[in-house]
Amino acid sequence: MTAGNNGFSVIGKPFPKPDAVSKVTGRAVYADDMLPARTLHCRILRSPHPHARILSVDTSAARRMPGVVAVITGADLPIKFGILPVTQDERALEHEKVRYVGDPIAAVAALDEEIAAAACDAISVEYEVLEPVMSIDEALAETKDERIQDYGGPNNIHKLVALEFGDVEAGFEKADHIREDVFFFQGNTHLPMEQHSAIATFVDGRVTLWSSTQVVHYVHRALAKVLELPMSRIRVIGAAHGGGFGGKTDPFAHEIIVCKLAMLTGRPVKCTLTREEVFYAHRGRHPVLMWVRTGVTKDGHITAMHFKTALDGGAYGSYGVASTFYTGALQTVTYDIPAYRFEGCRVFTNKPPCGPKRGHGTPQPRFALELHLEKIAHDIGIDSVDLKQRNFVKPMTRTVNWLRVTSCGLEECTERVLTASGYRNRKKQRGRGMGFAISSYMSGAGTAIYWNDMPHSEVQIKVDRGGVTAYCGAMDIGQGSDSVLAAIVAEELGLQPRDIRLVTADTDTTPIDLGSYSSRVTFMAGNAALQAARKMRVMLVEAVAAKMGSASEAVAVGAGRIGDFSFEEASIFAEARFGTLTSAGSYTPPKIAGPYKGSGVGPSPAYSYSACVVDLDADPRSGIVHLNKVWIAHDVGRAINPLLVEGQVEGGVYMALGEALMEEQAFRKGLHKWPSMLEYKSPTFMDMPEVETFIVETVDPEGPYGAKEAGQGPLLPVIPAVSAAVFDALGVWIDEVPVTPEKIVEALRRKEKGEPPRFGPTSFPLIPYPACIKVEPPPKTLEVGSASAASI
Amino acid sequence: MLRLPRFKYLRPKTAREAAHMATELGPRAMFVAGGTDLFPKLKRRQFEIEALIALDFLSREVHAGSHATELGAGVTLSAASAHEQLGKQFKGYVEAAGLVSSPPLRNAGTIGGNLCVDTRCNYYDMTYEWRKAIGFCLKKDGTICLVAPSSPRCWAVSSSDTGPMAMALEGVVTLAGADGERELPVAALYRDDGIDYMAKQPSEVVTSLRLPVIDGNHSAYVKLRRRGSIDFPIAGAAVALQLEGDVVRRCRIVLSAVASHPLEARAADEFLTGKSLDEETLRAAAEIAAKPAKPLDNADLTHFWRKRMVRVVVEQAIALAATRSGGSRVKLLGQPTE
Repeated sequence: MTAGNNGFSVIGKPFPKPDAVSKVTGRAVYADDMLPARTLHCRILRSPHPHARILSVDTSAARRMPGVVAVITGADLPIKFGILPVTQDERALEHEKVRYVGDPIAAVAALDEEIAAAACDAISVEYEVLEPVMSIDEALAETKDERIQDYGGPNNIHKLVALEFGDVEAGFEKADHIREDVFFFQGNTHLPMEQHSAIATFVDGRVTLWSSTQVVHYVHRALAKVLELPMSRIRVIGAAHGGGFGGKTDPFAHEIIVCKLAMLTGRPVKCTLTREEVFYAHRGRHPVLMWVRTGVTKDGHITAMHFKTALDGGAYGSYGVASTFYTGALQTVTYDIPAYRFEGCRVFTNKPPCGPKRGHGTPQPRFALELHLEKIAHDIGIDSVDLKQRNFVKPMTRTVNWLRVTSCGLEECTERVLTASGYRNRKKQRGRGMGFAISSYMSGAGTAIYWNDMPHSEVQIKVDRGGVTAYCGAMDIGQGSDSVLAAIVAEELGLQPRDIRLVTADTDTTPIDLGSYSSRVTFMAGNAALQAARKMRVMLVEAVAAKMGSASEAVAVGAGRIGDFSFEEASIFAEARFGTLTSAGSYTPPKIAGPYKGSGVGPSPAYSYSACVVDLDADPRSGIVHLNKVWIAHDVGRAINPLLVEGQVEGGVYMALGEALMEEQAFRKGLHKWPSMLEYKSPTFMDMPEVETFIVETVDPEGPYGAKEAGQGPLLPVIPAVSAAVFDALGVWIDEVPVTPEKIVEALRRKEKGEPPRFGPTSFPLIPYPACIKVEPPPKTLEVGSASAASI
Repeated sequence: MLRLPRFKYLRPKTAREAAHMATELGPRAMFVAGGTDLFPKLKRRQFEIEALIALDFLSREVHAGSHATELGAGVTLSAASAHEQLGKQFKGYVEAAGLVSSPPLRNAGTIGGNLCVDTRCNYYDMTYEWRKAIGFCLKKDGTICLVAPSSPRCWAVSSSDTGPMAMALEGVVTLAGADGERELPVAALYRDDGIDYMAKQPSEVVTSLRLPVIDGNHSAYVKLRRRGSIDFPIAGAAVALQLEGDVVRRCRIVLSAVASHPLEARAADEFLTGKSLDEETLRAAAEIAAKPAKPLDNADLTHFWRKRMVRVVVEQAIALAATRSGGSRVKLLGQPTE
């Protein structure tokens, strides 16, 4: 594959997004903008109790209200669903038991939203209130009334995991220094600008749903199950998208509800969640308590690591089983850990369910790991950057937990940010500090959410006199997947991105892509598009070669021409020669999971790498942090569109700074403390520092043109870098996210009193982890041929 | 999404007509100027009314004079914060106006509206459904205060930025009632109660604010909030200071967002008057000023930390005002938090 941008006409160039103009001019049609004739408006009655049995639901008063067309309860939608096949534990409407404030109970379709809201208020529900479980400790303890879910256990434990790779005890014996730390990462939510919205119709026995979702395919499956309709009678279309970040990656109650109400009334039914309801739909960052023990030699080489996590999962499974594995999976992808034990636990609590948010399950352990290594370096008197660098993984290796590392730009990313920030020569000055951290993330999960052997992404291309159309199930959620598809098809066919018409995220008209999650779209849909485009190119070239009487190899493609002819002429020759011009491509990840139970979470065809330096002022009197600048380098393999990569990196930095300094999914008296955009603090423009982004290109052997992910990875190193910078400025460790002024002030007070200069959890609870599954590590060097250019 | 309730929108032509309407409708109606705080609260059903009485007729003029400057109550916060002459005379006031919420809301919000802005509490500024779930509070639909359940009163927090500053500047408002006009010092406009937080008659319209020019007076406003924009104050200090050399001739310190009304720090004013202002006296004055502040657990961040921070913002505001007065012995104590 060609290194550098030489030879490409589209790849590597900063083209504007195909949907940019329609979005900034207000012409993009979001689900809530749709208003077909006779649309009914839906509101959902939600539980006011964190934990209660439902004794009765009386909807008679609501049904009598003028303007109310239909009222449904849990009895109408009794079938359970859930994103993971192993945790089908949700109902669109609950009629037996509610598990968090906000759990849906009944839904009304009415002529307008005010009537629907008033009707919800008129529904009377009789509850038997149960003791709520609001923390990890309470969930581990014996239940007072009854367990939140009827599976898992003991007590309110949902999932326990225990894995050991290599001989951990022997590793600790080899260590010259061993350190243990405890960290806590508070939960936070995605806060997309667009609230979830869905509108459904039921015409001729077929349901059509337009929704703000990241996963049209998984919504399609869930609808079929709960509505008891074959998938062939359901169509799901991704509407213009106003942001997901993982918050629209589950099938949601309101999506099922509008379909059911449309089926009952025969009219279009729409539901747009209020901002408060978005906080209840959640599926955001798990609060995670972490304990880590690491042994190092005196020169800082890691000999063994033991990592324990406890995740506060909220009331339902969601992606939780995967999230649990993720809190232990990717530590090894940045640092060479020769022996590694991971014990993970997820508990149920009476809060909105947690799930995947940008970085899914990995920002929490990354925060812990990076600070833990800082402290170890401090203990043994080695510069923390040196210590980390000595343990960096190398390209073309396999980790102790069988993850395959192909391209790896850790060294270069580190060098770029250190040099640009002047980190090594920074002045020591009380109140001002710099922090450094690194990270890695997956370019798509190597395994599907439900077990199958089919491709993860599929693309079709049609060429005729009307031009080129590419069809793909991929959903552009603002990350730019449409740009990537257009760029790749244009590059291969010698056209410009604007020449490519896209049809995406529509289960009737596009082949399946699993969805916009796990940073998979550029890698997987990109490879599928590349394959389809190259097949199309072969046909066009062959037809032109025949016309020119020359060999195919002699036909140049580019600048809108194929050989001696315009693209349109070429397409006419090809259609005459081959008939209808269509091609298809698909992508199936290589079988790279390790030989053990639980190995399905973590493997990815490629890993992105990031390094970051944060410069900040921390006022010792108030604890207020002012960010001066962030330098971040990201190994994206190859930037298909550098403008979009930079946008993703900056967005990741922004989101990370919010998590690092202020965002908090906090609860009081069983309720979300501040389900509003005013009180749930997320940074404004005024709080955002300058960000200098470096794109590092390592040209991955299997990515399309060498590309890897950029949507999630760059968030990861920023959070620990903030806390490390606070230590650099004030000499106190804030071992808990968010790093708020009051925590800094308290840590400084403790320091003055001669107590440990830190703020954070002091102990890790006793958790009944099972015996570890012992796994023999693989050979460290990647065998030749196991990573190769995607065979096209 | 949250919808506004249905209401009648009344458009009187004069303040007197507005006051008549308000007298007639009583608690079934409210005044609306910029509406930046009112409309979200209507959506959350914190107010239940049948009519809004629009105050579009209010003057948007600023008349700067040598003895006093008069601001029409309809002047937007943006206009006030950008007014050059006002900035020269009353730096603290334009600072306070410029720190209210965010640019779009300052473009709509008025200085009269900010003087009268509702008190806040994070048990109260929530949707109807949320308040119903946690149990309604004293301020709306309930019988107890959820912040201090054993207390007979409401502890919602005064959240005006310009009110405390107008008090420190010894401002006077004109109130138009159904039977005529009267003047009232801003200091007499508020009451220490989270529910009945205004001392004016509900039917009276604030039509203007007059700020007297006091020779040698310099002012400053420092606001504490989590973010650089949007947020209401979680503490604030408004200071007007007159120095002769380094000796304090006159001082007014008023605190924001630490009680149900703007809190005058009279003891600190008296302590400082006649003293030479150096860092030590400044710190001592700030400590005295901060003492009566009683933040509770009903706003952002912990109330312990907010209590500690009151001193800090007072010090910063005095130092800033002193620097503007040419005081030589006080350097800026840390940066203001904005």
